[in-house]
Amino acid sequence: MRGRPLLYTSYQADQALLNTTTKKVMLGLLLLVVATIPFQVIPGLDFLGSDDWLRLLSTTAIFVVGALGLNLLTGLAGQVSLGHAFFMGVGAYTAVWLGGPEDAPLLGLGLPIWIWLPAAGIVAALIGVAVGPTAVRVRGLYLAIVTLGLVFIGDYVFRNWDSLSGGAQVGRDFPPLQFRLWKEEEPLIDFTTPGTWFGVEVSGLAKSFFLLVTIAVVFTLLAKNLQRTRVGRAFMSIRDRDIAAEIMGVDEFGYKLLAFGISSFFAGISGALLASFVVRVIPERWDLFLSVQFIAIILIGGAGTVTGAILGSAFVVLLPRLVGDFTQWLQSVALGEGFGSAIANVFVATTPNDFGLVNTFAGIGPGLSVAQLNLVIYGLLIIGFLIFEPLGLYGIWLRIRNYWKGWPFTY
Amino acid sequence: MSGKLLQRRAERSGPKSYEHLLEVKDVHLAFKGVKAIAGVSFHVDDGELFAIIGPNGAGKTSLFNVVNQVYEPQQGDVRWKGESLMGLKPNQTAERGIARTFQNIALFPHMTVIENLLTGRHVRMRTSWLAGSVWLGKAKREEIENREIVEDIIDFLEIEQWRKYPVGLLPYGIQKRVELGRALAMDPELLMLDEPVAGMNLEETEDMARFILDVQDELGIAVLLVEHDMGLVMDIADRILVVDFGKPIAEGTPQSVQHNPNVVKAYLGEEVETV
Repeated sequence: MRGRPLLYTSYQADQALLNTTTKKVMLGLLLLVVATIPFQVIPGLDFLGSDDWLRLLSTTAIFVVGALGLNLLTGLAGQVSLGHAFFMGVGAYTAVWLGGPEDAPLLGLGLPIWIWLPAAGIVAALIGVAVGPTAVRVRGLYLAIVTLGLVFIGDYVFRNWDSLSGGAQVGRDFPPLQFRLWKEEEPLIDFTTPGTWFGVEVSGLAKSFFLLVTIAVVFTLLAKNLQRTRVGRAFMSIRDRDIAAEIMGVDEFGYKLLAFGISSFFAGISGALLASFVVRVIPERWDLFLSVQFIAIILIGGAGTVTGAILGSAFVVLLPRLVGDFTQWLQSVALGEGFGSAIANVFVATTPNDFGLVNTFAGIGPGLSVAQLNLVIYGLLIIGFLIFEPLGLYGIWLRIRNYWKGWPFTY
Repeated sequence: MSGKLLQRRAERSGPKSYEHLLEVKDVHLAFKGVKAIAGVSFHVDDGELFAIIGPNGAGKTSLFNVVNQVYEPQQGDVRWKGESLMGLKPNQTAERGIARTFQNIALFPHMTVIENLLTGRHVRMRTSWLAGSVWLGKAKREEIENREIVEDIIDFLEIEQWRKYPVGLLPYGIQKRVELGRALAMDPELLMLDEPVAGMNLEETEDMARFILDVQDELGIAVLLVEHDMGLVMDIADRILVVDFGKPIAEGTPQSVQHNPNVVKAYLGEEVETV
């Protein structure tokens, strides 16, 4: 039966993921746009198909996987963890140990991706469950400090275990995104070199992009399903009121441990993909800043929502690029003439020793570098969202949606 | 109300192998020097409405926490269908069929009414994280089956229009009702209600009294009630235990308790000669 929108005649229809026609259409359109991005066919959006934008969008997809993991732990189960970078590092180094080339003194077994990618998640999850019992005994701020410790332990181990990580500031190459059945010379599917798929020319980056987006979509589905079933509700009940949750029959300790394990699994996969996509990674990559970036993603996107994890990832990954572009534009204005140039000159340095809030000339003169400016903006955004919009970007989206639901009527 | 809830009543009414549903034996609980419970014993039978009353600080809520194993008493025993509950975790008492509401509402404020009730179904559901995340046929079926049971409870408590609201946004009286619903969703054999009508007006109190009687009557669930509203307790309780400063001072039917001199003394104080 087809009735008015939001009229459900079965619980199945009500509980479906895409429970309105609008959602179905919009998601379909979004998938279509994503699928055509590398071919630069949509006017106005064709810039997204350029190499540097494809790289950013692929990184976003990788971050989505990691953010969904942290969202399960922090957003759903309410356990604030600063240790996400550590688990990503564990995933990456598991991947390189299993999938890296067999050239001593570096550790590597040369196994194919269908082994090293799942293993990266599983090993990270096992370590998550192993350190979990210590971590889940404490809550709130104390848990944040305990997990902060993990990042520093990991940082030390990664920097000093040269045969695994390649050494501090040096790093090593990670296994590429190539699908092999076993250790054969020619990969069955190579996601890094250009080629033809179904008669269409596809660049290497486009192939990686498709692979990573597909993985992100799969993990989004897993996370969403988990959230709307029994285990997801158990996580949320612990977040909202732990003692009541226990009396309702939720094993608090067990579910906190499970949340740690699943979150670490997502982190491990994300870390392995990130390292593999970037190719050469130094051990310092898995530091506190990466953890903070993920906390920022969760808070800016909207804690406890899958959509928020995706929006937040896009925001945090694309922000440096936008800030960079904006600084460049300001610089060009400052170098010009007139009133605008005078204002822009206050914000941006035009010569190495010129004063400016932002100074793009590396390391000399007063002012922030673009990277530092990004950090400042993250900080301001986190504070701003916590105070003004605790539901993050997702909350803003809800507001917009609810406004248009009734439009043009007030109710 | 459709069959799913009533069905369980029929299953419960078979022959039983135990003497009392819940038996609390000589429980002593102290927090350092403070004696919260000093030797309380009572029992609740199937389908009975048993009330515990007493002045503030008498140890009523502590008794609930002992039954749930949130607190571990220094002495005494709690037996459920003849089997001791001592040493279990709170979630294991829930699995056995003990449900509870709280004095200060302890719902999950960011979850909707439906999600809160479905969390009550947690102990009766099986879907693991693995099956849940891939939304396999079984997980999906279980979600929909339990949604039906939850909708029965929503009908039973007349909270249909609130079902998709986050409970944090609902008025106090409705939240109290949702909390009763969450406890019912656990499919319990004993329902422990900690001051279910505290802070309610007359009309809300009467509604709640009706729901409690219906729970006992239609669903055949035993109720253990802690309440300060004497009118309500005297009206609906089958038996009453009066505690004061952690000690039991009277037990019996509402009529016998009302005229017990110890109870009068605890509530009204002793008579003092005025000059």
